[in-house]
Amino acid sequence: MATTDKEVNELIKREYEHGFVTEIEADTFEPGLNEDIIARLSAIKNEPEWMLEWRLKAYRRWLEMEEPDWAHVGYPKIDYNSISYYSAPKRKEDMPQSLDEVDPELLKTYEKLGIPLHEREKLAGVAVDAVFDSVSVATTFKEPLAKAGVIFCSISEAIRDYPELVQKYLGTVVPHGDNFFAGLNSAVFSDGTFVYVPKGVRCPMELSTYFRINAANTGQFERTLIIADEGSYVSYLEGCTAPMRDENQLHAAVVELVALDDAQIKYSTVQNWYPGDEEGKGGIYNFVTKRGACIGKNSKISWTQVETGSAVTWKYPSCVLRGENSVGEFYSVALTHNYQQADTGTKMIHLGKNTRSTIISKGISAGKSSNAYRGLVKFGPGAEGARNFTQCDSLLIGDRCGAHTFPYIESKNKSAIVEHEATTSKVSDEQMFLCRQRGIDPEQAVSMIVNGFCKEVFKELPMEFAVEAGKLLEVSLEGSVG
Amino acid sequence: MLSIKNLHASVEGKEILKGINLEIKAGEVHAIMGPNGSGKSTLSQVLAGNEAFEVTEGEVTLNGENLLDLETEERAREGIFLAFQYPVEIPGVSNLQFLRTAVNAMRKHHGEEEMNAAEFMKLAREVSKQVDLDPSFLKRGVNEGFSGGEKKRNEILQALLLQPKLAILDETDSGLDIDALKVVSDGVNALRSEDRAILMVTHYQRLLNHIVPDYVHVLAGGKIIKSGGRELALELEEKGYGWLGIKDEETADSAAN
Repeated sequence: MATTDKEVNELIKREYEHGFVTEIEADTFEPGLNEDIIARLSAIKNEPEWMLEWRLKAYRRWLEMEEPDWAHVGYPKIDYNSISYYSAPKRKEDMPQSLDEVDPELLKTYEKLGIPLHEREKLAGVAVDAVFDSVSVATTFKEPLAKAGVIFCSISEAIRDYPELVQKYLGTVVPHGDNFFAGLNSAVFSDGTFVYVPKGVRCPMELSTYFRINAANTGQFERTLIIADEGSYVSYLEGCTAPMRDENQLHAAVVELVALDDAQIKYSTVQNWYPGDEEGKGGIYNFVTKRGACIGKNSKISWTQVETGSAVTWKYPSCVLRGENSVGEFYSVALTHNYQQADTGTKMIHLGKNTRSTIISKGISAGKSSNAYRGLVKFGPGAEGARNFTQCDSLLIGDRCGAHTFPYIESKNKSAIVEHEATTSKVSDEQMFLCRQRGIDPEQAVSMIVNGFCKEVFKELPMEFAVEAGKLLEVSLEGSVG
Repeated sequence: MLSIKNLHASVEGKEILKGINLEIKAGEVHAIMGPNGSGKSTLSQVLAGNEAFEVTEGEVTLNGENLLDLETEERAREGIFLAFQYPVEIPGVSNLQFLRTAVNAMRKHHGEEEMNAAEFMKLAREVSKQVDLDPSFLKRGVNEGFSGGEKKRNEILQALLLQPKLAILDETDSGLDIDALKVVSDGVNALRSEDRAILMVTHYQRLLNHIVPDYVHVLAGGKIIKSGGRELALELEEKGYGWLGIKDEETADSAAN
């Protein structure tokens, strides 16, 4: 590891100091985590009593838990008492006033990705005029959603306005004690997204946090809850293909999806947080718990993710297939470059009869990075006639990177069927020679070969997302041939 | 057009080409014949700029410009095309996308406007008919699951699309049945023109019945040991490589078996 404990703690500290110096004390909590801090956090957010109780219960559970170290990643130990757990959204005067004040490297990337100018400002955290920021977007999107009866708001709003729904489902998919990072998130989550699609409704548009007001500054402990009621359908896009200006070192988000009878949820992520520089310094640690529960019969949950960001990623979007004939899908592209480390995969837990799951994972390693697929396919005793198909492909660029596959299969039902295919390949010198002999630039050739390798996953993404994801890979791979 | 002087090249420290001299003018078709291991394929790879080979001595110019100073892709854009003996597969990348990327890289280099997907599709469909490839091949991955003959036709398709100045054909006839050989030859003959040169590398003379060369050179031990006209190839076929005092490894091998 190029980063040391000291550096990490300094980074975390620096952020706190920055907040402390430039903002009045009430806006940012002193670093540290205890019941008092959680109570203050809950109070600032005007949460009802039950929510505070829920958080405290999670905190007490978390105190008894140990940080996991089984993932194939290495990072310096995090001091959870040196983090500040609440910071009010930045005030306008503290933000960059124009793009001139923003890191030129970041701007170059936006340009390559073809992001419109006004969006660049927003992404870079420039203090943009509020008129652009929300009103037009809000009215265009809020109206048709309200008409369909879809609830799409921040989780803080939902806790206040739809307490029955939140109480009924929050923590049912990812409980307090699920894992260390989920426990921490449950205690201190700052904000996030809430979606409820009523019975029989097909959500009239792709929902995206990108378009939601208040999406900015949801911070490092984001919480998302999506509920698709009987016979409904929703497609949700998380993130944005542009690198976000983000000063948080540690991210521990929780996403819970619940699909009732005949409901379908499609959850797509394109994530490219700051991976650290070429030396492996800086970069975000992303420890996220994403899980969907197909509790209804014939329900379906699909995860599609394209990951190019973060210094360290620890992420396993999973499906619990409880309802009869329910379907879980996981399509993933994870690209690591320079010193990035990713340990990602999925869990498919088959509990109901005739449940089916598909896993297509494409790992691409370049530079000195390390990329691991970790997957669990589990069949409970009741999973009569269940089946899984898993395909894990790894692509290596250069000879200093690594790819690892850790597939786990547990079956308590003899009628369950598992198919597993795994391949590892390299971008070969012959392929490169063919492309270059036809006049194609080496970098363009690599990007084309990598895009071809990911095709099966990209076709699962919503159209415009797929195009952007392709461009994103191209940008992320820059400098990978030399 | 192409001038090769005293070219020496080696792979992993072993010298394969030991002083090649060759002049090719625009409009000419040259055939290089020789037994296996004589350096035929090495010569085509070195001209195209395969970095696995190291040029240790000599010079190569294309229209007066030093070719050896150029990167592989720059040579391609200057008009060097190599039809591969064993075309490699690129899974998931559609042939159409690959071809359009290549054609547009050339167009960009020549200051021409890039072709959009629709324009290119039309052009590619026409040319694929010319080499008797069903347009459905355009949608498949580059060479992915193609038969040997289909791969070779796909190479000629690329040559026709890219319109090179110098087309190098490396054992384009190997693995082809007589019908496929005819299709490929027709494609190559369609490439013949006043301002283009073709360099064919082949073990057998049968290709030369279909693509009639202006000059034939015999390569052995990394050197051109004899040059002549069309008749040289026929004489070789009749008398075998042994006639020139060359040991043909393939013949020797098959005799040993």
